[in-house]
Amino acid sequence: MFDDISALTLARAQFAFTVSFHFIFPAFSIGLASYLAVLEGLWLKTGKEVYLNLFKYWLKIFALAFAMGVVSGITMSYQFGTNWSVFSDKAGPVIGPLMAYEVMTAFFLEAGFLGVMLFGMNRVGPKLHYMATLAVAIGTFISAFWILSANSWMQTPQGFVMNAAGQFEPADWWAIVFNPSFPYRLVHTVLGAYLTTALVVGAVGAWHLLKDKGNAGARVMFNMAMGMIAVAAPIQIFAGDMHGLNTLEHQPAKVMAMEGHFQSHPDGAPLILFGIPDEKAATVHAAVSIPKASSLILKHDPNAPLAGLDTVPREDWPHVDIVFWSFRIMVGLGMLMLTLGAVSLFARTRRKLYDWSWLHRFALVMGPTGFVAVLAGWVTTEVGRQPFTVYGLLRTSQSAAPLDAPAVAASLLAFVAVYFIVFSAGTGYILKLMSHAPHPGEPGLEPAPDHPVRTAGITPAPGIPVHRAGQGDAS
Amino acid sequence: MSLDLPFVWAFVIAFAVFAYVVMDGFDLGIGILFPTFKPGPERDSAMNSVAPVWDGNETWLVLGGGGLMAAFPLAYAIVLPALYAPIIAMLLALIFRGVAFEFRWRDPGHRPFWDVAFTAGSVVAAFAQGVTLGALLQGISVEGRQYAGGWWDWLTPFSLLTGVSLVVGYALLGATWLVMKTEGETQSHMRRMSAWLGAGTVLLIAVVSAVTPFLEGAYYENWFAWPSVLLTAQVPLLVLIGAVLFFRSLRKGHERWPFLLALALFGLSFVGLGISMFPYVVPGAVTIWQAAAPDSSLLFMLVGASVLIPIILAYTGYSYWVFRGKVGQEGYH
Repeated sequence: MFDDISALTLARAQFAFTVSFHFIFPAFSIGLASYLAVLEGLWLKTGKEVYLNLFKYWLKIFALAFAMGVVSGITMSYQFGTNWSVFSDKAGPVIGPLMAYEVMTAFFLEAGFLGVMLFGMNRVGPKLHYMATLAVAIGTFISAFWILSANSWMQTPQGFVMNAAGQFEPADWWAIVFNPSFPYRLVHTVLGAYLTTALVVGAVGAWHLLKDKGNAGARVMFNMAMGMIAVAAPIQIFAGDMHGLNTLEHQPAKVMAMEGHFQSHPDGAPLILFGIPDEKAATVHAAVSIPKASSLILKHDPNAPLAGLDTVPREDWPHVDIVFWSFRIMVGLGMLMLTLGAVSLFARTRRKLYDWSWLHRFALVMGPTGFVAVLAGWVTTEVGRQPFTVYGLLRTSQSAAPLDAPAVAASLLAFVAVYFIVFSAGTGYILKLMSHAPHPGEPGLEPAPDHPVRTAGITPAPGIPVHRAGQGDAS
Repeated sequence: MSLDLPFVWAFVIAFAVFAYVVMDGFDLGIGILFPTFKPGPERDSAMNSVAPVWDGNETWLVLGGGGLMAAFPLAYAIVLPALYAPIIAMLLALIFRGVAFEFRWRDPGHRPFWDVAFTAGSVVAAFAQGVTLGALLQGISVEGRQYAGGWWDWLTPFSLLTGVSLVVGYALLGATWLVMKTEGETQSHMRRMSAWLGAGTVLLIAVVSAVTPFLEGAYYENWFAWPSVLLTAQVPLLVLIGAVLFFRSLRKGHERWPFLLALALFGLSFVGLGISMFPYVVPGAVTIWQAAAPDSSLLFMLVGASVLIPIILAYTGYSYWVFRGKVGQEGYH
């Protein structure tokens, strides 16, 4: 009942499942690590206790999200070999060193200082502790740098020669690392992570404002998050547009699928807003479109010709319907984020940021949309790269490991079951932490001085009365 | 070529794997021993003794895997599909035990569940790593540039033996680590466990060592050919000396030596493994030179590794130093 095709499909499903689950956590922890660094920095600078309380509040959430990111990430570093061994053999000489650099420059940095960041405040003092927080935040960024370089190389490969063994042999590392799509993907992804975090922080702030407008911590986090969204959302839309233009240059078939352009348009292509793409018939049913707008956006000229999928051999098409929809989900949510940012600015001008409960409800509903947009964006770019793993050069069907379908099916089921148990529990714990209102004397993760290490504790640690406001800016 | 890059990288990867065993061994061991601790302070302090460092410890496993893909992509491509089931089992087990560190504090109502997850995850991860090692040693069938066997080939009495050995060995590392990090009743409990686990580990090292040379012709040659046998014979001799010193230090009530000597036993076993396998990375099929990535890959990474690995070791050392001393004391200074 299983044949070769289904082994391949199962392996793809497994990768899609594990990488999607994994990326939820870094998408959050990249932004949250920076936010924590900002909070602790503000505390050290101003000595205001509210920042320390917020720092401890989000630190507990960070600890959970980071742990889940780590364990789901270890899976990824082995999955290339277990399920995609032919890809690993051929592309390993290029991809492998990039990932090895990620481990050496980022993972160790994060992991090495995470312990100090989580548990070490009482042991090393605020200054050194802040260095640890910064190290973790910088580590998350370096990690994004290398892994996105590797991913981008698969999208826009260059700087290699093929050797006798059929491997991609690196010839120019600079060209490999800084391949054409990398700068765009890096900016777009990191901004996406910042937005995702800001939306979550904003929603948590909004939730507590709805219950108590006077909560100092909720006010500060809502204020900071809305500011971030107001700034980052428009920049992100601009960066996304630049990324799209870069994709048009290097991976035109992906853009054709995003746009739903089955046919070429010699004198100005329409922008299809909605419709139902039909790959078999090579058409978009019930399309609602703006004439010539796509050419205007992509070529900055309403009459510029745009090629369609009819210029691409059928066997090189990505799944048009998936790419078409995921792209629209991402863009639609991006527009909502822009709206939220704009409304929050308007509320600021009226001095009603903490008063308009409908704004807080809007921010609350928007809380999870960053994750959805990030995943939809990744689906767009990854499914859009198909049917290749290394774009144009190595087919996905020729990348998989020689495994029996039952082996892949069994492991896929195991992954689904384990991820469901572990990550739904973890998400539940995060939500539980978020449901507590931030308050003065917020407990951290460390054992308190008068308690010998978490004795039969109900909570991991009672409040830490050590570093009070004002101590931070001494000396 | 003045610098034999594949040779250098074989050492770097071996170093990463050994660093992993040294650092994650004891924290997996604590998971394995967890059911023998009393719920409450004893379990909490055992957990606390590794909570700040487990994440860094597991990063060496990522370096081992990622480094293998980067430096020896052919070996990575052959070995991982061959060891599919144990590797997937290890990954899933590490997920359970990794999140248990955080989850058990967050959810006192389900703490017994996460404690079981911590133990089961640790046991399965250790066992799967041992099975992986045994399956690699007993040989993998290769055709062209691919694994050519079935998905149950790894399962043999030998691989089960190495699986059990690693569980016992890691438990020894965990017990001796806690002798170093705890006091009072927990410490004496761990001393007693260390003695039993030490005996078990030495016995299992002996059995695995006795079987290994007969798995593959080359292994026998590597160990017993004259005159290199004069050198290789030092390894079992040192194991014997190490074992004697270990039991002596335990009896004399030393706190650090049992852990260091247990690590020495692991180190010697690792050297023995190297003697068996070298110069093969997939025993009997692919040498390190055949599997190596092009020099341009190896050189690019070596530039970074030679600077970064010492730095990593330095700040890892710093992190351990910050959390030095007995757990449970920090409240009293």
